[in-house]
Amino acid sequence: MADMLKVLGLTKIFTLHLLGGKKVVGCKGISFCLRAGEVLGISAPSGAGKSTILKCIYRTYIATAGQALYLSSDGNIIDLIQASENDIISLRQREIGYVSQFLRVVPRVSAINVVAEKLLINGWEESKALKVSASLLEYLGIPKDLWEASPVTFSGGQQQRINIARAVINRPRLLLLDEPTASLDDQAKQRINDLILDLKRSGSAILIASHDRENLELVSDRILFLNYVDEANLRRESINVCKVAHN
Amino acid sequence: MLKEKPLLKVRELTCIFGIGCSKCNSSTGLLAETNICSYCGSIVACADVSFDLYDGEILGIVGESGSGKTTLVKCLYFDTPASAGEVYFRAYKDGKVNILALTAQEKRHIRHHLMGMVYQDHHDGLNLDFTAGGNIAEKLIAAGTYHVGQIRSRAAELLQRTEVLVACMDDLPRFFSGGMKRRVQIAKALANNPPLVLLDEVTTGLDVSVQARVLDLIKKLQRELRLSMIVVSHDLGVIRLLTNRTMVMKTGRVVEMGLTDQILEDPQHPYTQLLVSAIL
Repeated sequence: MADMLKVLGLTKIFTLHLLGGKKVVGCKGISFCLRAGEVLGISAPSGAGKSTILKCIYRTYIATAGQALYLSSDGNIIDLIQASENDIISLRQREIGYVSQFLRVVPRVSAINVVAEKLLINGWEESKALKVSASLLEYLGIPKDLWEASPVTFSGGQQQRINIARAVINRPRLLLLDEPTASLDDQAKQRINDLILDLKRSGSAILIASHDRENLELVSDRILFLNYVDEANLRRESINVCKVAHN
Repeated sequence: MLKEKPLLKVRELTCIFGIGCSKCNSSTGLLAETNICSYCGSIVACADVSFDLYDGEILGIVGESGSGKTTLVKCLYFDTPASAGEVYFRAYKDGKVNILALTAQEKRHIRHHLMGMVYQDHHDGLNLDFTAGGNIAEKLIAAGTYHVGQIRSRAAELLQRTEVLVACMDDLPRFFSGGMKRRVQIAKALANNPPLVLLDEVTTGLDVSVQARVLDLIKKLQRELRLSMIVVSHDLGVIRLLTNRTMVMKTGRVVEMGLTDQILEDPQHPYTQLLVSAIL
């Protein structure tokens, strides 16, 4: 089976102009492969560069060097780092999902509509989209009387579930998850894990960044470890060590 | 991948108020940190602005006062004559002619049929002596609809779409709240189903709760009607929520352009980094 995503030599160096051009290394020389139907976990202490890797793939960050070769649904391989902005917008709408650590929504839009948005953008009829959204909200344990409320008022854990729901509702081919279970209790964690495994079974390639090693081992097929090197000089180099987890 | 032609192609758009001279461009802008030409005293409101806008896309233009963003949009809507540059609009003659060089009549045709504009100042966007319905009718009549029944039913439809009470159709917007006036402007802008809508500071000056409602309305309309939009704002929160791509402007020049989340989270240019770091 071909790789869905092949990351080669991914490097991100930030230049902080407000501090006189100081350079900060986000990640350096990251390489890995990800197949369809595979879950790859990225485990590292806070600040080691997990989010940076995901954001470089999603193009929220412009990588300094390297490639992120993605096999799109039309059979072409596209380097996400070099792709045009319009291609990225189109891929994000249709095929690539990203769950950030924070929920940002237009205030006053109901939870059920926030979750349904991606389907509506892709041309789904409103009533059908809301139906799918409702079933997903139910699965994730969001109380029914909150569906019409704006998620801005929800608890942290509920917001996180809304965040995940709206990214996975259209079953993306490539899913990037940044600390998906950070604020969740055990039952909610289990639900999210089940959701991830369900997507995996239907062929999605999933990348999860998390410092929750235990939970990561429950869902991942492989885990990538990132390390600091030479921390005293504030120069970080991330080394890949792939470990096959039980599954 | 996608090889579609852009809806709008803007090339080197320049707008200078004053006599202009050969040194205008070089003596103003980012390095000079001024819009005023030191040789001839002209104001270079914007210069060498180039970008593409694709179908169904929402492009944000962000910048502080004096950045040239409003002038840019006014040039596109023909409120202000551009001094130089070319604009190709695929909805007019398949983008083969520079719309800045058209006759007044041809420009009027584009303004009425193919573009809609929502102004920051209600006095620019609405005639406060006409009723809400009358304002919309003005746009419909300009495009050639003369049947009163059709005008009224279309105005009612638009007001309903923009969540203005249809019962207010015969009231003067002079007495409406800020948010309602904005929504009447939006209804007016959409009157003739234009493919491109320009919005200048559409939420500025509104209460926070009203802002939220207007933002939600714009998102919904854009999705339902598959509009292409240019959203001018100095509010980065609005830019983040509404736009796919963003252009940052300063002293009349384009500083940086890219995906909105990239501009906000990984700004490359020193000015953009400064701007983004100031978000409350």
